[in-house]
Amino acid sequence: MTDLIQIKGVRHAYQTATGPLPVLDGLELSVPEGGFVAVVGPSGCGKSTLTRLVAGLMKPDQGEVWLHGERVKSPRSTVGMAFQNPVMLEWRTILKNVMLPLEIVPTKLSKAQQEERARYLLELVGLKGFEDKRPSELSGGMRQRASLCRALVHQPEVLILDEPFGALDAFTREDLWQIMHQVKAKEPFTGVLITHDLRESIFLADQVVVLSGRPARTQFTLDVPSDGPRHLDMLYTPEAADMLHTLRHQIEIAQGRTGAEALV
Amino acid sequence: MKLRQIAVPVIAIVIFLVLWEALVWVMGWPNYKMASPSDLVPAYLRYWNLFLIMGWQTLWRTVIGLLVAIVFGTALGMIMGFSRTMRDALYPLLVGFNAIPKATVVPIIALMFVGLHDFNTVLIAFMISFFPIAVSVSIGLSTLEPEYRDILRSLGASQSTIFWKIALPKTLPEFFGALKVSVTLAFIGTNLMEIVSPHGRGLGALFDSGKTNSDYPLMFAVLIALAFLGIVLYYVVVALEKVFAGWAERAPG
Repeated sequence: MTDLIQIKGVRHAYQTATGPLPVLDGLELSVPEGGFVAVVGPSGCGKSTLTRLVAGLMKPDQGEVWLHGERVKSPRSTVGMAFQNPVMLEWRTILKNVMLPLEIVPTKLSKAQQEERARYLLELVGLKGFEDKRPSELSGGMRQRASLCRALVHQPEVLILDEPFGALDAFTREDLWQIMHQVKAKEPFTGVLITHDLRESIFLADQVVVLSGRPARTQFTLDVPSDGPRHLDMLYTPEAADMLHTLRHQIEIAQGRTGAEALV
Repeated sequence: MKLRQIAVPVIAIVIFLVLWEALVWVMGWPNYKMASPSDLVPAYLRYWNLFLIMGWQTLWRTVIGLLVAIVFGTALGMIMGFSRTMRDALYPLLVGFNAIPKATVVPIIALMFVGLHDFNTVLIAFMISFFPIAVSVSIGLSTLEPEYRDILRSLGASQSTIFWKIALPKTLPEFFGALKVSVTLAFIGTNLMEIVSPHGRGLGALFDSGKTNSDYPLMFAVLIALAFLGIVLYYVVVALEKVFAGWAERAPG
């Protein structure tokens, strides 16, 4: 089986006033269908650039991005995105916010079916009863849940999450991690999660990829053994502690803090 | 609308009129120095038909000038909001243009298009009022967070879809804020031209004829009529804002 997302030898640099600033340098990443990969790395190492490449919002200088056997050259409607900023359209109700992608993407669903699907997703994330509220009436965590529904409403093949829980408090974040698992059980997707939170990465993903400091390349890959539904208790097991320790160490290398001996 | 929302401003206006009346009475000013509200009533009764005709002329020319300002200001704001180069190019020109006192432009325009009184009046009303609209639209568009754009672009939406679905509605609160400023500015523009133009029409011309005939209560009556028109048009904008950008208003407290 070929991987749903394949990133091969991607290099990219931004043009700045002081010359080109390389952000990605030899990035390799592949995600099998139904897989969920978390990407972690130091600040400013090009993680968000990676999401924009997968979404087709920009083209790499070199290398290739493949989605479902097709080379990505421009945006495609088979992608759903959610950001740290939930970007709710304040003038629409929550329901209409969730339905937004269906207004852009060609769909076979009738108006009634579209609404039914949006309502179903909102119920799935625990927002039943808030369909007709305005985003300003919701808390940060609830807005983020609505944003997740919007990213999924058009049944994308790939879900790209760019630090979606980064601005939430710790408990709300843990709630949302569990909601992510519930959603994935009902609405399977292939996911790429950008995060700064190592606990989040091992709780949600099947595979954690550590990027090196800028310009980023794939530095380390950790497989998270998965057997069925996960519970937050998983984070307090010795296995989790080992994984977190390994990742922490890799991040330090990526930050260039431990010197040459760590590279062995 | 609740009774309270109407009663409070009405009471405030009544208190204002009473204080005004009292001030003139206590100071013992004659009406050529400062007319009092009680002097205005006879002026309105005597010239009510003129007030209706002239008031209407002032109103329609102001509204047309404002509509042109909305179209032009929005278009200019869009150009500057979407293109950095155009923003850099046009801002100094725009600020310079706005810094010129319009009172000095009025005689130039009056000479340039001599005889076209309606056209001149609308032109000045437009010139004085488009600036806030252009600036607010351009700022609204240029400060659109990139995620808003990305959320639609990643689905393959075109630039115009992004504009209609996100950029335009998101800019509406700023737009209406600017429009409230523009409404009063447009009245100033209309009246400048009406007062300065020989054989002018509208409330400005009525003011001018009050001056010529030393009818001071009439002059004050015109000012109050202008204030009244300004308030009416302002609340029309507020009502439109409620309809189109009511979502931006948060519950108080």
